[in-house]
Amino acid sequence: MTAIGDPAPAFALPDTEGITHEPGGAPATVIVFTCNHCPYALAWHDRIVALARDYADRGVRVLAINPNDAERYPRDSLQAMRARVQRGEFDDVPYLRDESQEVARAYDAKTTPDVFVLDAGGLLRYRGAPDADYDDPTQNAAFVRDSLDAVLDGRDPDQPQTQPVGCSIKWRE
Amino acid sequence: MRVELLFWDGCPSHPRALAELRAAMVDMGLDPSTIVVREIQTQTAATRERFAGSPTIRIDGVDVQPPGEEPFGLTCRVYHRRDGRISPTPDHADVRDALRTAQTATTERS
Repeated sequence: MTAIGDPAPAFALPDTEGITHEPGGAPATVIVFTCNHCPYALAWHDRIVALARDYADRGVRVLAINPNDAERYPRDSLQAMRARVQRGEFDDVPYLRDESQEVARAYDAKTTPDVFVLDAGGLLRYRGAPDADYDDPTQNAAFVRDSLDAVLDGRDPDQPQTQPVGCSIKWRE
Repeated sequence: MRVELLFWDGCPSHPRALAELRAAMVDMGLDPSTIVVREIQTQTAATRERFAGSPTIRIDGVDVQPPGEEPFGLTCRVYHRRDGRISPTPDHADVRDALRTAQTATTERS
């Protein structure tokens, strides 16, 4: 498991159009393990997309990764992911498929959503929930925004880790 | 009136749903100790019980938000709030409306 301050695992994953994305190359990168079928991931989704939009002009990259076993959960298939992207639900956030689940395992991701913030050097600076309450849109992904503000200002996040909340990742059996 | 909450332990939604259901019953003068809480542990049980996800709340056998074509299975259930938001738990108003409907039917039968 990657501890706060350690180098985050590198990866290269395809998005719904087959274009490969890697973390890095930005002053901060937000990695969100998410999916199509989980109400927690869906409830927080718009806040993640808004965050990506709000921090784009500061160079922050946001990558969404779906690691779920699509055989047991067909709603998490690549086709279903592509349909959401084509409906515009992800704005400019690449939606990546972790078919082997190796990236989710490398990050020790627990739930959808589970959020990781990396700094420019690829060190893990935040891990946990987007904010304190999926049911309160005014929370506005505050945990992630606070950690991004700190990273972009060269400070340590006040709260580098919170408990991820959501549906368990659907591992292959 | 039979109030049931079915849950799957792999989803964290049911404690909040149960607390909200209890609160709604208390507000309506109903006894929350009568709630039947049942765990669904297998896909076979989910299919048999027509369990479309956790939590599922039924009042006299009627789902507080009928799941439509949702497949039966061990998953967190997606609810649609009346304001359009997606949530892991049903809208409070849907729960109260279902309780009220069952309460009225019970009164009319007696």
